[in-house]
Amino acid sequence: MKLKRVLTMTGLAFGLVAGTAFAAGHDGPPPAVKARLGLMANFAYNLGVLGEMAKGNTDYNADVAAVAAANLAAFSATDQSLLWTAGTDTGSISGTRALPKIWEAKADFNSKSADLAKASMTFAAAAGTDLAGLQGAIGGVGAACGACHKAYREPQ
Amino acid sequence: MFRRIIAAIALLGAGAGWWVTAPTYLPRADEITLMAAAPDAALGEQVFWAAGCASCHVPPDTAETDTPILSGGQAFASDFGTFYAPNITPSPEGIGGWTLMQFANAVQAGISPEGAHYYPAFPYTAYAKARHEDIAALFAFIQTLPADATPSRSHDVGFPFNIRRSLGGWKLLFGEPDGPELQPLSPSTERGAYLAEALGHCTECHTARNALGGLNTSLWMAGAPNPSGKGRTPNITPAALDWSQVDLMAYFTTGLTPDYDSAGGKMASVVQNLARLPEADRMALVDYLKALPPIANQQPASEQVR
Repeated sequence: MKLKRVLTMTGLAFGLVAGTAFAAGHDGPPPAVKARLGLMANFAYNLGVLGEMAKGNTDYNADVAAVAAANLAAFSATDQSLLWTAGTDTGSISGTRALPKIWEAKADFNSKSADLAKASMTFAAAAGTDLAGLQGAIGGVGAACGACHKAYREPQ
Repeated sequence: MFRRIIAAIALLGAGAGWWVTAPTYLPRADEITLMAAAPDAALGEQVFWAAGCASCHVPPDTAETDTPILSGGQAFASDFGTFYAPNITPSPEGIGGWTLMQFANAVQAGISPEGAHYYPAFPYTAYAKARHEDIAALFAFIQTLPADATPSRSHDVGFPFNIRRSLGGWKLLFGEPDGPELQPLSPSTERGAYLAEALGHCTECHTARNALGGLNTSLWMAGAPNPSGKGRTPNITPAALDWSQVDLMAYFTTGLTPDYDSAGGKMASVVQNLARLPEADRMALVDYLKALPPIANQQPASEQVR
């Protein structure tokens, strides 16, 4: 009788500890969302290198611009189909601003993603030539970012 | 006798109410200058993008092309009900057959050709400040856009806001919101004020409102709750918006923030419109923002977002 109680208590305690550990392991958004945010951060970082040159905040450097623009083109050409998993919209979890509309209009969402890849390719071809080329093509990338954020990202 | 006096007063009150809520058309003098203005469609195209017409009047989830189809249908939720942008294409379902004066009364006085008040979800209180030549040019440009026969959807507005006549009273109280004095006042900041206050109607989202939906002009551009959902439209006075002129120009051209995030939601549309304006106009808007009186955030800093 006593043993049973001890076992039950131990079981309960173990369950509690394990549960806490499990919860701790799952802090923050799910891995797919983290990967999405990481991809966006890579867009922003490489775009930032180029944008600072476009603004004249840093000196234009053709080699650096070419690398950043090639990175942006490569990141934006990533097949994102594994990142937008079901149940990871803003209505289901915290830590994301991805609207449920993404999953309702997947074809349009994918075409906007393809538009970014296209704009980034154009940008990559121009950014390494000269500053004017860089300045002329960055707007197309910005517009592609905005087109998707306009439709599919929850306003803050 | 007493009852009769009460009835007389009530009748007088109702009569006065009916009188003050009557549509106030543009004055006759406006008609003369409007008719004299050139129907300059090229100028009208600039006015069209500066005024952001397409952002609300293209159908839901439709891109704003160079020649957008303004058949309407986008929903605008608010505390007063849900408004649906109407068809404004040059078709009988839209503004086909309207005279320039009817158009001007719609855009600048908020009165339909049938003599009904429009809801101020349509920013005619801003457009009221637009120049006649710009209105005449805008009318000419909209005629060049594709016609579409989609019927306009009725607004979903409950009592008492569904009594359009009451909007006459609203217009009397809140119809002519004045912007603040700018520091400095230069040709560029004045042009910026015209673009922001008369055409761009930035205050519609960036200025807080009172319980009746009138703009709180003492909080000009100091941010406001989003009327259609959660979150806030940011404070864009110099007290909160510390972006450099270069950063603002880049934002108005590419939509990219200083952190290389991008504009989203309605502001993504606004940026697309601004990108179509001459560079001098974007610079004028930057100068205007820098010349606004700084107003501290009305919310704790933790709740303020860009």
